Amino acid sequence: MPHNVLMPALSPTMTEGKLAKWVKNEGDKVKAGDVIAEIETDKATMEVEAVDEGVLAKIVVPAGTDGVKVNSLIAMLLEEGEDASALNTAAAPAPAAAAPKTVTPANQPTAESAKPAPSMALATPAQAKSAGRVFASPLAKRIAKEKGIDLSAIKGSGPHGRIVKSDLDKAPAGAAAPKAAASSGSFAPAQSSVNAQALADAYGIPYTLAPNSGVRKVIARRLSESKQTVPHFYLTVDCELDALLALRKQLNDSMDGLKISVNDFIIKATAVALEKFPGANVSWTDDNIVQYTRADVSVAVATPNGLITPIIVNAANKSLKVISSEMKDLGLRAREGKLKPQEFQGGTISVSNLGMFGINQFSAIINPPQAAILAVGAGQERVVVKNGQMAVANVMTVTASFDHRAIDGAVGAEYLQVFKKLIENPMGLLL
Amino acid sequence: MSDQSFDVVIVGGGPGGYVAAIRAAQLGFNTALVEREHLGGICLNWGCIPTKALLRSAEINSLLQHADQYGFKIDSYSFDFKKIIERSRKVAGQLSGGIKHLMKKNKVTVFDGHGKLLGKGRLDVSKDGKSVATVAAKHIVLATGARARVLPGLEPDGKLVWTYKEAMNPEAMPKSVLVVGSGAIGIEFASFYRQLGADVTVVEVMDRVMPVEDAEISTIARKQFEKQGMKILTGAKVVKLDRGANDVTVHVDTNGKTEQIKVERVISAVGIVANTENIGVENTKIKLDRGHIVVNEWLQTDEPGVYAIGDCVPGPWLAHKASHEGVICIEKIKGLPDVHPMKRENIPGCTYCTPQVASVGLTEAKAKEQGYSVKVGRFPFIGNGKAVALGETDGLIKTVFDAKTGELLGAHMVGPEVTEMIQGYVVGKTMETTELDLMHTIFPHPTISEAMHESVLDAYGKAIHI
Repeated sequence: MPHNVLMPALSPTMTEGKLAKWVKNEGDKVKAGDVIAEIETDKATMEVEAVDEGVLAKIVVPAGTDGVKVNSLIAMLLEEGEDASALNTAAAPAPAAAAPKTVTPANQPTAESAKPAPSMALATPAQAKSAGRVFASPLAKRIAKEKGIDLSAIKGSGPHGRIVKSDLDKAPAGAAAPKAAASSGSFAPAQSSVNAQALADAYGIPYTLAPNSGVRKVIARRLSESKQTVPHFYLTVDCELDALLALRKQLNDSMDGLKISVNDFIIKATAVALEKFPGANVSWTDDNIVQYTRADVSVAVATPNGLITPIIVNAANKSLKVISSEMKDLGLRAREGKLKPQEFQGGTISVSNLGMFGINQFSAIINPPQAAILAVGAGQERVVVKNGQMAVANVMTVTASFDHRAIDGAVGAEYLQVFKKLIENPMGLLL
Repeated sequence: MSDQSFDVVIVGGGPGGYVAAIRAAQLGFNTALVEREHLGGICLNWGCIPTKALLRSAEINSLLQHADQYGFKIDSYSFDFKKIIERSRKVAGQLSGGIKHLMKKNKVTVFDGHGKLLGKGRLDVSKDGKSVATVAAKHIVLATGARARVLPGLEPDGKLVWTYKEAMNPEAMPKSVLVVGSGAIGIEFASFYRQLGADVTVVEVMDRVMPVEDAEISTIARKQFEKQGMKILTGAKVVKLDRGANDVTVHVDTNGKTEQIKVERVISAVGIVANTENIGVENTKIKLDRGHIVVNEWLQTDEPGVYAIGDCVPGPWLAHKASHEGVICIEKIKGLPDVHPMKRENIPGCTYCTPQVASVGLTEAKAKEQGYSVKVGRFPFIGNGKAVALGETDGLIKTVFDAKTGELLGAHMVGPEVTEMIQGYVVGKTMETTELDLMHTIFPHPTISEAMHESVLDAYGKAIHI
C-alpha cells in the first residue's frame, strides 16, 4: 500500500512552510531515518526523515514551492516491490487528513514537549503566557491539538486562569494571535502610518524593493510589540576587563585549540549573576511573576536572514569551555538557518553584544516574555581614576534593559552590581 | 420603628438561603436571614432529608425480607410505622437545630417572619400579618423556594389527597396509594410505600417513568419497580377523583382507555410552583417568567441590588443547585476573583428509589438532538464483582461521549449506591474530562465504582468484564 508523505508541522504554531529541497529523487530507495527533504519556515530549515522503508515513488510538491500547508500531501512512498500502479488506487487525502505518520522532521520536539514550552525566541510569533506548564482542561488540550491552537497564547477563564473549552471558541485555528495584539488593536504589528515608498515616489528618491522575509516580519512584529507594551527602563554600568582579559589569555594559552571569547565570559557571568540574584530572572504575566529557577541565556546572533537568539541552557552550570564550543556550533548553524526550534525558543534573559563593531554603548529592546536584556559594548582602553590617580584600564560598558512590570530599578541595579563584580573578579566564573 | 440596616439580607432559610447567608457572613458582610417557618427550608424539614430517613427504613425492611438470601432465618418480624415516621421527624429536627447553631456561630441575624420587598433596598418582615421589623440592605437575595403544584380536580385535602408534606408525616400506614407523577418526588414515595407493603400505582402523563432521565435508564428502573409489584401507568392522566370517607376512586385515562382505581390515599407529585407571590416583586423592576424570577448568570434580577436563587428562579429545582447559586451570588457581590457562572450541564440529579437513579449531563437522545455524534458505553452491574457480592446486580451505567472530542457529555446510572457514585463523573465533567482521563483513572477493587470505569471503557470497545 502506498504511504502518503504529508507536510509536517515543525512547530506547534506552524501552518505552512516552504518545501526547500528534495534530497531524494523519484525512484530512490529510502530507509527509515533517511533525510528525504528540507523544509523552510520563517524560523528555520529542518530536515524531514522517512519513517518507513520503501521507494520514493512520486513527488507531489516540487522543490522550491512556497506556502505548502501543514498536512498536505507532498510525496508518496511505495513499499519495496510494489507496483507504481498502486499509486492510482491510493485516494488523495484531504489536506487536513491524518497526522503525517510516514515522516517526522528530524529532531522535531515531540508534541508533548513542544506544546507547554513557551515560545520565547525573538523569531516566534506566539507570546508566552507563563513559563512551564500551561494549565488547561483535558478537553481544551484535546481541542487545541486538533485545531492546532497554541495554548500558551490563550488567556484562560477557568479556575486559577485555567484554559477551558469556551476559551478556545474565540481562538483562531492554526496559530493563536499574541495576547497583546488580540486584546488591543492599537498594538497590532507596526503598520507605519507613513508609507515610505509612496513618499519616496513623491520626492523622487531612488530606491529598490526587497520583499520582507518571514523572519523580518516576525522581528518587526515582536519588537514593535515589546517596545510598545513593555515598560522599559535602562541602567548602565562600566566593568573593568583587565583581570578577565588576563585570565582569558592564561586559559587560552593553557590548552591547544581552546579559544574562549570575552563574550563566553559575559554569557556565563550573566547566568551566574542571575543565580546569585534571582530577582532579575523573572517574567511578567497578568496573574503572576514567573520566577525562573534556571538561567538560560539567549544570545543575539546576526544572520543574513535577520536576528536570531540561540540559547545556552543552564549557562551558570556549564564551564566556559562548554559554553564556548556550544556557542560556536549554535552561531554557525544560526547563520546557515539550521537551528532547531528548541535551540532558539526559550531563554530567560538575553545578551546582545555589538562590541566587535566598536560600539561603545547602546540600549536593546527586551525579548518578551523575558524581562531583561544586556547590551554589551566594546572593551576599550580608557582613562580611569584609581585612588586619586589617573590610570589606564580596559573598560566595557553594559546597558541593561528591564521590564519595569516585573523588575524595579533597585532590583535591576543590584543585579548589575553582581554582574559587574563577576566580570571584574572573573576567577569565580571558573568554578 | 427605625430600619435595621445590613449589608446583605437573605429572604428564605432553605438550602439556597442559609448557605448564602453563611457565605456572606464569612466574607465579612453584616448579614440577616428572614425565614417564616423552619430554618433549612423544605429540603431539610419536608423534603430531601426526612425522605432519606424514611427510605432508609424501607431499605432495611427489604433487606429483612430477603434475609434468607444472606443466610439468615428470620421467622417473623414487624415494623412500627409510627416509629419510622418519628425517626424521620427527629432527623429533620436535629438538622434544623444545626442550621440555627450555624447562623449563631456565623453571627447571622435571623428574623422570624415573612419578608416582603418595599422597593429600593428595603424589606418588611411580618409575623401573622403584622409588621415586626423593617430592614434596609444594600443587597437583598430572594431565596423563597417553591411549593407543590396543584392540578385542578387534584387539590390536596390533607386527608385523602396528599402532597409530599402529608405523605411523609401520615398518621397511619395506608394499604394502598396512587402516586400522580413519576418525577423524583413521586417515585421516591412510591418506592417507600411499596417497600413497606402498600399496593402502589404510579400514574405518569409522559410515555415513561422519570421522564428527564435517559430512556434506557428509565426502562430498566420501570422493570425493577414492576418486579417489586408496583403498578405503573404511563401515557396516563387522572381525569377525576371520587373522594369517599376513607378512600378515593381515581379515574385514570390511559391512551383513551379509562379505568377506575380505588385506593386509600392519593399523593400528588406533579411539579412545583415558585413562591413569588406576596414578596413585593411588584414594588420592583423584577421580571417573572411562568412564576419564576428572571435572573442573569450572576443571579441578579432586573432590580439593582436584588438577587434571586434556588427554586424561585428557573430550574432544575434541586437543593444543591440552590446552594451553589447562593455561593456564586454572594461571591460575585463581594467581587471575589475566580467566580464562575454555573454550568447547568454539570448539575447532577439523584433519585433515591430502589434501585437508585443518578445522572449528570446530556442523555443520549438529547446529545444526538444537539447534533453530537456520540460514543455510548454501557456496563451492567451483573458484571461487577462487588455488586454480585452485595447481591445488588440490577442496574446499568451508561456514559455518553462526544465522538469528535472525547468530551464526557453525560452519565446515567441506575443501580446500587449510584447516588453516591455519580459525583465521580461530576468532578470529571466539571474539569472537562475526556474519555482518556477517565480510562487512565485507577478505580479501587472491589467496588461497585469499577462499573463506572467499565462503562467508559465500553464506549471505546475496551471493557474488560463484559
